[in-house]
Amino acid sequence: MEKKILPLTQLPVNVRAKIIAIEGGHGFQRKLHVMGIREGQTIKIVSRQPFRGPVTITISGYQMTLGRGMAQKILVEVI
Amino acid sequence: MGNPNVGKSVVFSRLTGANVIASNYPGTTVDFSKGKMRINGEKVEIIDAPGTYSLDPTNKAEEVAAKMFEDADVIINVVDATNLERNLYLTLQLLEKDKPVIIALNLWDETKHLGIHIDEKKLEKILGVPVVPTVAITGEGIKTLVSRVKEARSPEYIKPTSDEARWIEIGSIVKKVEQFEHRHHTIVDRIADATIKPFTGIPIAAVIILFSFWVVRLIGENLITYIFDPIFYSWYKPAIMKFSTLLGSGVLHDILIGQLINGDIDFMQSMGLLTTGLYVPIGAVLPYIIAFYFTLSILEDSGYLPRLATLVDNVFHKLGMHGHGIVPVFLGLGCNVPGALATRTLETRKQRFISATLLAIAIPCMAQTAMVFGALGTYGMRYILMVFFTLGVLYIIMGLILNRFVKGESPEIFLEIPPYHRPSMKAVAKKTWMRVRWFLREAIPFLFLGVFVVNVLYAAGVLQWLGNVFSPVTETVFGLPGGASIALIMGFLRKDLAVGILLPLGMNPLQLVIAVTMLTIYFPCVATFAVLIKELGLRDMIKSTMIMIATAITVGGILKIILLGV
Repeated sequence: MEKKILPLTQLPVNVRAKIIAIEGGHGFQRKLHVMGIREGQTIKIVSRQPFRGPVTITISGYQMTLGRGMAQKILVEVI
Repeated sequence: MGNPNVGKSVVFSRLTGANVIASNYPGTTVDFSKGKMRINGEKVEIIDAPGTYSLDPTNKAEEVAAKMFEDADVIINVVDATNLERNLYLTLQLLEKDKPVIIALNLWDETKHLGIHIDEKKLEKILGVPVVPTVAITGEGIKTLVSRVKEARSPEYIKPTSDEARWIEIGSIVKKVEQFEHRHHTIVDRIADATIKPFTGIPIAAVIILFSFWVVRLIGENLITYIFDPIFYSWYKPAIMKFSTLLGSGVLHDILIGQLINGDIDFMQSMGLLTTGLYVPIGAVLPYIIAFYFTLSILEDSGYLPRLATLVDNVFHKLGMHGHGIVPVFLGLGCNVPGALATRTLETRKQRFISATLLAIAIPCMAQTAMVFGALGTYGMRYILMVFFTLGVLYIIMGLILNRFVKGESPEIFLEIPPYHRPSMKAVAKKTWMRVRWFLREAIPFLFLGVFVVNVLYAAGVLQWLGNVFSPVTETVFGLPGGASIALIMGFLRKDLAVGILLPLGMNPLQLVIAVTMLTIYFPCVATFAVLIKELGLRDMIKSTMIMIATAITVGGILKIILLGV
């Protein structure tokens, strides 16, 4: 079965996915890494604000809100 | 030290007995607090550092934390036991340095509810430093923590390494010490989710905010009716009237008691140190300060604010900030000083500049709100709403403008959403009291100074002279009598005192709307001003001040055209 890789922004709400890659600069990757958002982690969207607003995610047992632009750079695969 | 929102400040309070503000959202502590305690008969100084996710800072508060680390002798690393994996990143960074570390595994009680099992003994063995489970809020484990501080050490084998290697290490540690029980979605989770989803979250937010204001008003009014007014009117006023008669007329009477209005003391207008100077801060503003901070403390401790920040992020992003910009706004509604300090949690200079400038311009603190109600209350809610509506519109318009013209980055929101907690009434009461005490200490000296300066300047004729000089300007541009310019000068010291000057001028309600709106906008009080210079730097503060004054003049002029039709 072929698995599709999509940016986090396109992941439907409440669907579990695995982080495949994080794009963007070194500083940005670091910022996510220290929060435990990194490749291989399981991630889920809790809510998505309208008009290109931020998304709220659940990752390793806690919740986090991040901007749409950041979410765009996180590539995930539905599991 | 530790991640944001893990309870460092609560641990600190427990250790030192010192009172510091703790809340259920990241970034409550933006500066460090110091306290002293005795460990084994030795006097030591304990420092509560702002939360940070790593030793490489991304905002001003984290810079403070990184700097504190350099100066410390022993590190107490507070770790959120419910979030072990993420917290261990900072822990490993700390252990890599050559400083003795002891770990407080805080929120230990929560792990049980969440079905998380941590083998703290094993963790201690792996990390090579003492690990003490604590429940700081109840004080559990704090004694053990204190008694084991002397065992704190820097383990030899953990060497500085890369990001990747740290996470691999953490992965293997967590696998060894932590076990999860499977857990079903509870009703609390469902409510939590509902408050952050836009479809349900926005109506809930509206209800919560309106309800909060209703509660503030209810508490404030009752405090005044049943406690403050009886004290001032049935007990204090007769005594002070006797004192007035005793003094007779003269300079001393003018300064202490002020002017008698129709042969009687008017607490709002007499302008004496012991009449208006005492009544305005204590009788009129303080009850609402108590009510406001009590309500805000409940909101803070529940963990609702980060959810609200998520919901309003979109709007704030257009104003050059992000959702977390709501926190300075809320704190500023009580007093602008803590609001100004809270701008530190924003990442860039641009965001902090916009947030602080808008705060000073359009967010009325309790003293300003009291001024608005004091000046317009007798004319009805319509006029009061005009003022607040103008300020609200101004916040948005100025934000849009500043976002366009202020150079710099405004990064997107990146905010941890803590789980909901039931606020402890004891903690809420303590926090309210600390903030009230702080208000009294900050505000009252300025009030007395304000009343004193006004009386002296009045006696010397300076204010009348200024009023005459400025009257052509105030009359033609803002449609206000020349005396209103005195209130503007007065407002620099304390806005709430300006009412006493405005009321005797006999303005109509629309003129009063213009006057109080301008008073709110044109300048923050001295205390806020001083904090803003420190936060923004002198250069940016001069810019910010010019924006404030320009805005006040523009808005005054526009309001005159709209309201007075000339």
